[in-house]
Amino acid sequence: MSSINYNEKIPNNVNLSEDRTLQRALEHWQPNYRKWWNEMGPEGSQDFDVYLRTATSVDPQGWASFGYVKMPDYRWGIFLNPRDVERQVNFGEHKGEKAWQDVPGEHRANLRRIIVTQGDTEPASVEQQRYLGLTAPSMYDLRNLFQVNVEEGRHLWAMVYLLHKHFGRDGREEAEALLERNSGDQDNPRILAAFNEKTPDWLSFYMFTYFTDRDGKFQLCALAESGFDPLARTTKFMLTEEAHHMFVGESGVSRVIQRTCEVMNQLKTDDAARLREAGVIDLETIQRYLNFHFSVTIDLFGADESSNAATFYNTGLKGRYEETKRDDDHKLYDRTYNVLAVQDGRLVERSVPMLNALNEVLRDDYIKDSVGGVNRWNKVIEKAGISFRLKTPHKAFNRSIGTLSGIFVSPEGTMMSEAEWVRRERDWLPTSEDRAFVASLMGRVVEPGKFANWIAPPVMGINRQPVDFEYVRFN
Amino acid sequence: MATIEQAQVIKKQHLIDPEICIRCNTCEETCPIDAITHDGTNYVVKPDVCNHCMACVAPCPTGAIDNWQPVHAEKMYSIDEQYTWDELPAPLALDVPDTPAVADAGTTDVNTEADAEVTIQGSNYVAGSQIPPWSASHSYTNLYGTRNVVTATVSGNYRLTDDASDSDIRHVVLDFGDAPFPVLEGQSIGIIPPGTDAGERLHHARQYSLASPRDGERPRYNNVSITVKRVVQDYDGNAVKGVCSNYVCDLQKGDKVQVIGPFGHTFLMPNHPGANIIMICTGTGSAPMRAMTERRRRKHLEGQGDARGKLMLFFGARCKEELPYFGPLNKLPKDFIDINFAFSRTPGQPKKYVQDVMRERLPDLLALLKDEDTYIYVCGVKGMESGVLDVLQEAATAGGMVWPELHATLRQKGRLHLETY
Repeated sequence: MSSINYNEKIPNNVNLSEDRTLQRALEHWQPNYRKWWNEMGPEGSQDFDVYLRTATSVDPQGWASFGYVKMPDYRWGIFLNPRDVERQVNFGEHKGEKAWQDVPGEHRANLRRIIVTQGDTEPASVEQQRYLGLTAPSMYDLRNLFQVNVEEGRHLWAMVYLLHKHFGRDGREEAEALLERNSGDQDNPRILAAFNEKTPDWLSFYMFTYFTDRDGKFQLCALAESGFDPLARTTKFMLTEEAHHMFVGESGVSRVIQRTCEVMNQLKTDDAARLREAGVIDLETIQRYLNFHFSVTIDLFGADESSNAATFYNTGLKGRYEETKRDDDHKLYDRTYNVLAVQDGRLVERSVPMLNALNEVLRDDYIKDSVGGVNRWNKVIEKAGISFRLKTPHKAFNRSIGTLSGIFVSPEGTMMSEAEWVRRERDWLPTSEDRAFVASLMGRVVEPGKFANWIAPPVMGINRQPVDFEYVRFN
Repeated sequence: MATIEQAQVIKKQHLIDPEICIRCNTCEETCPIDAITHDGTNYVVKPDVCNHCMACVAPCPTGAIDNWQPVHAEKMYSIDEQYTWDELPAPLALDVPDTPAVADAGTTDVNTEADAEVTIQGSNYVAGSQIPPWSASHSYTNLYGTRNVVTATVSGNYRLTDDASDSDIRHVVLDFGDAPFPVLEGQSIGIIPPGTDAGERLHHARQYSLASPRDGERPRYNNVSITVKRVVQDYDGNAVKGVCSNYVCDLQKGDKVQVIGPFGHTFLMPNHPGANIIMICTGTGSAPMRAMTERRRRKHLEGQGDARGKLMLFFGARCKEELPYFGPLNKLPKDFIDINFAFSRTPGQPKKYVQDVMRERLPDLLALLKDEDTYIYVCGVKGMESGVLDVLQEAATAGGMVWPELHATLRQKGRLHLETY
């Protein structure tokens, strides 16, 4: 089952040829997808030969085949992790039942909603990043951007497969709509707010892949626990690819920090103006970008109390992060969880039924994971002998969803008046001057082995290739 | 793989670089035997569980997984110790060879059998096959290790390169007398030079590919030949005397040599009728190619069927005076083997590397690539690997094939074998 039939139009490991209706539906969708890729995919790059990783099967040997590929010819396909026939629903009221191979009628609408929401983020991020190739800081980074893009494209395929296979006509219509909505479009925007934001520069791109793709990881992890087995198997395989995206983010920010620290030590200064003159991004600006991306991303987990989240869990559709590694009853009827609330002008913790707080549970797991990487960035600063430390802001800072929206909280967690917050906002979030400065650094550097002045080279290349390998061939 | 229990035995321990790792959990998820685990800070490999199967290496997005450090077998880093690391410890100095073993052309540095496995799999995992061709003969491996070495007697030592050349490449024949030492073309042996290094430790073994076919350098005698280049400088051109290569190059007829092995169970030739073999090599990387060619030649003389397949050789050296086996190769009939030389330092002529000559033969390469009975063998300096793969990709693309797919098929079918050093 794990090998892919490349003789077919759509590479897959799901025996697509045995389901003629589905195959035809997907073959009908494929040209629309290609059209979308050509119109909304990476600008001006369709003819490049890019050193990309292509999955050829889902086992460890097969899913990392490297070679030069023109992106429009990338073999987007459908890959599910192998099926475990013994698998059960592992949480909620159906716990202990055999995992579902087909959509249970009563959960159809909710499952479709979950899949469409996840699916919508995949092409959205490709759209957000479509102009970045024009300002790549190196050929190595350009290749990594394209790898992220083609894999987001494949993740869209993964979701579209589920829609076509399991949701009939509704599913086909949703699959079309996934190509019709566009990031930032006034009339027909993407579903989630963070996916309508611009990704205007490479610092934003690294922050996005670190923070926002990590949201993707946690959502996928929660879906990989689903009682709907095809969804679990699909998302499980997507996670393997998602890891590369977070690597791009974590190492990207880390290299920006490293370069800044080098110049700080060369010039023996921590003065932001002097560092900017020297063409590197001061650590304060990096902190403001971090604050922005962190706060916008944690909104993606949804309201802190949510009956939908409770329903999704109780009905076995969406689990918690590492559900099956947790040691509890996996039903949570009697469990409580602390969420933040405002009382007498202060933030306090309030105990609520855990089932209703599952968004918050996932958000807190996410925050813990995010903090780990920020600490690793701090190690770079520490190693350079500089005392500055980056911090993730308070969970209540700059929130737009849930109880914490509409209140004014500093990154340290102090509540304040709107006037006070607005007065200090420019210390906490990127200002238009910050963005203009970062944008001014963005120039295209694409000679093999050369890197823009504001970023350090990586410690190693991709797939054991040297850092100065020709990762992209412009034709 | 033989077990290694002695106190002085050196093992390669699989470690994850905490500075590069992004804690994505992919390796832990991938490991088929749960050898990888984590705490709140680091992902770590359990030294007593990991069997070096390499399943985690390709899926790792960062390359952090790909670290192998020499350690004393009884002092491997525990997972508790690994949890405390901010960065990898410096590799233990005691295990760094005094001479640059990699510069010992035609050899890889082997301390133990386990080490040999790691070196070979580690350096070629991504690009080459991990399984032999379906029609390969069964190989015997690790019959002799550091605990039970076998003694061979030198029965010949001939210079292969022109006397005028600085490059001293030798053809050394070793006889095993009545000690069982069954081998196949493509396998290698380890030679332990006598004496100790500056630190009073025994030298470790260096690995040499066999240049003779399975029935012996001299047919039906229990002997093998190896191709050894005398190392007199390192990669940077500094004068260095390779311990083992100089020892082997100076051997006289009748001398006794400590040998371990045989090693290798994937870089083996196909035996079925009609199997084509493309051989691409530089310098002493020619040894296994000579072995395979000689095997085919002998079968050809016997009129046996599998001689029907094509043999195509791409062979690079600095100049023809430095090319081992140059004379005998030129005497082989053209319809038996298609030989293509590349000389990078011939005065008055442009530099030519094996990949350049391969490019000149693109249509013929393509015809062979399209044939499912074609097997590819690459042996030589590490630097040639990517160039050769590039040309194969060009040929495939020119023929309308999708290289990543073809490449995956070649690997999965045991049809692409790389041994570079």
